[in-house]
Amino acid sequence: MQDSLGSVQSVLVLGAGSDIAHATLRALVKRRARTIVLAAREPASLVPLAEELRALGADKVETIAFDARDTEHHAALIDDVFGRVGDIDLALLAFGVLGDQAQAERDPDAAVDIARVNYLGSVSVGVPLAQKMRAQGHGAIVAMSSVAGERARRSNFVYGSSKAGMDAFFQGLGDSLVGSGVKVMIVRPGFVHTKMTEGMDPAPLSTTADAVAVAIVHGLERGSETVWVPPTLRYVMSALRHVPRPIFRKLPI
Amino acid sequence: MADARSEMLTGWSRTAPSAATVVSVSSDTEVDDLLAHAGERGIIARGLGRSYGDAAQNAGGTVLDGLSLADVIDVDVARDTVRVAAGISFDTLMRFVVPLGFFVPVTPGTRLVTVGGALAADVHGKNHHVDGSLANHVEAFTLHTPKGVVTVTPDSDPELFWGTAGAMGLTGVVTEVVLRLLPVETSLLRTRNERCHDLDTVMARMLDDDADYRYSVAWIDCLASGTSLGRSILSRGDHAQRDELPPKHRAKPLHFDPQARIGAPPWAPNGLLNRASIAIFNELWYRVSPRLHGGGFETISSFFHPLDGVREWNRLYGSRGFLQYQYVVPDDAHAAVRRSVEMLSHARAASFLAVLKRFGAQNPGPLSFPAPGWTLALDIPATVPGLAQLLDDLDELVADVGGRVYLAKDSRLRPELLPVMYPDLPRFAELRARVDPAGVLQSDLRRRLGLP
Ligand SMILES: Cc1cc2nc3c(=O)[nH]c(=O)nc-3n(C[C@H](O)[C@H](O)[C@H](O)COP(=O)(O)OP(=O)(O)OC[C@H]3O[C@@H](n4cnc5c(N)ncnc54)[C@H](O)[C@@H]3O)c2cc1C
Repeated sequence: MQDSLGSVQSVLVLGAGSDIAHATLRALVKRRARTIVLAAREPASLVPLAEELRALGADKVETIAFDARDTEHHAALIDDVFGRVGDIDLALLAFGVLGDQAQAERDPDAAVDIARVNYLGSVSVGVPLAQKMRAQGHGAIVAMSSVAGERARRSNFVYGSSKAGMDAFFQGLGDSLVGSGVKVMIVRPGFVHTKMTEGMDPAPLSTTADAVAVAIVHGLERGSETVWVPPTLRYVMSALRHVPRPIFRKLPI
Repeated sequence: MADARSEMLTGWSRTAPSAATVVSVSSDTEVDDLLAHAGERGIIARGLGRSYGDAAQNAGGTVLDGLSLADVIDVDVARDTVRVAAGISFDTLMRFVVPLGFFVPVTPGTRLVTVGGALAADVHGKNHHVDGSLANHVEAFTLHTPKGVVTVTPDSDPELFWGTAGAMGLTGVVTEVVLRLLPVETSLLRTRNERCHDLDTVMARMLDDDADYRYSVAWIDCLASGTSLGRSILSRGDHAQRDELPPKHRAKPLHFDPQARIGAPPWAPNGLLNRASIAIFNELWYRVSPRLHGGGFETISSFFHPLDGVREWNRLYGSRGFLQYQYVVPDDAHAAVRRSVEMLSHARAASFLAVLKRFGAQNPGPLSFPAPGWTLALDIPATVPGLAQLLDDLDELVADVGGRVYLAKDSRLRPELLPVMYPDLPRFAELRARVDPAGVLQSDLRRRLGLP
């Protein structure tokens, strides 16, 4: 159960290989989390993370295979996890691909792949998760969105539009779950220094996986619906949202 | 068929909401029916929701609202006992028995609890050091378990009797209780308040002569530091006898009709009760209190239930709610009490109410909270920065000296500490295996702490 200060005891992470997932799990296990299910495309790669979490005090850590593209298997996978582990207090959706914008503009398959992972994968996982949590009467779904989804930019609109879709989906899902005991929290980080962005030029207001983890823990404590990392992005984006398109597309962002 | 509705529930501290199907039952057969047909997420009873944490919540399952079972109050004047439906509140019970010349043997700091909820928590009052907790005054109760209905007395089934006291509803649904009452001549208390300028003074005073008073409690200002660390007001009292009363009260010595004076607004700005406002309150309370009632007569409601004067005062803490934290440590853990007050003062954790008292002998209940020693209870806004770590540190301190926290108030204990704090847990596990082998009785508290 989530306690009165927002700490959780059992966590399912989809996309557990990401740096953000890693940092968040470390923070959660240092609080109360004891049962952890790690899901990623290559579960074998999660073994060191599982070891580390055990050393930090988690007493049940499982690794399972999960591919965001295999949408037809998602419902069964969620079913299986809840069936084996019992209540899940927190499901963290941390999977996603950045893709290559230039390639995506040439190759429809590459563009669709980004949309498939980031948007379709979220939808096909979000629906059964919400159903399971509704039945257990409590729980939190934390969805890793992106500042890129707030307004798609010329420079990475394929990624941005897929995040915009998933972000809108989780907003609606959160609204549909009001009164069920289940909360949805959307996290919108700016540029995060991680494996995924290695070698890229950091955007202004860039942040780190650890900062995102802190923001997630803090958001759970406060019962937030939306979390921006860093928090000032909220105001920057609310201004940018209203910039006219001819100007917006020329901005160096 | 009983009326069922889906509801979001929290405890009195308004934290950690979960959704359940709440069923109002109006007959004993409906209780048995629910126990027999509980779904896989089980069932728990709920009284007036005055436990602070998640004891009367059952996410995704059934919550049995037993208030409508509340019609029996049957006083046996010759034997000083009352047979009472478990859904009746202490408020109703007192309005009935006080004019007849009786008081409840133990009362918590609010009258707005049910008899069932009070037994489930094995509540204590300001008289624990002389009278023990509620279960010490219970002759019998009727318990509906998943294995059937039983009337339980301390002799008929001691494990089940004491195991139910403090079990937070996990042995079954109590529908009726036979309680021994305390005969009183008046509805007033003769009280004595004194200001103590630091913690050592107040603790020494309590050790000296608490035994001379039936009721004793100290209000500590946890924001005070340095040489005034632990400054407090020690407040004690006894039931007044009729011939002691001031003349104006003699005509109606058993008058009892308390009113809630004001209601809290349905919303309050977050941060209304912050460190500054609480510091001002504590300062005023410390300065004004002894002068107001340095000694004299007080009503039952002002002496025992001052907070009941403000309806729904828990809303004053804003949308994120607050926490109640209560521990008991053994008599010789004087230093741990001091350390805990230092930690609170150091963290500047604003506590609206910090209440220190002494507990007397323990009863055999494996989950009953009171044990001989010092008990400190605090209300803290959930927004205090670093609160989770501070309370974890306090838990460690308490567990290290053989103390424990109160399950009726807990909402965040680290489950690993439960067996350390409640060493009789295996006895409780055996009892649970006997009365509820299929695990029909379930609550958020049970899931969170991994209770047997
Ligand atoms: C202002 C305030 C002051 C307080 N002061 C004190 C104090 O001085 N001393 C003290 O000991 N406590 C104190 N408490 C705590 C309170 O006495 C307990 O939490 C009590 O259990 C609340 O009773 P309730 O009817 O509201 O029960 P709920 O909070 O609704 O339920 C509490 C527990 O009782 C169980 N339960 C309820 N009804 C039944 C039943 N019929 N059969 C079986 N189980 C049942 C529930 O399952 C749950 O586990 C205080 C609380 C408040 C809000």
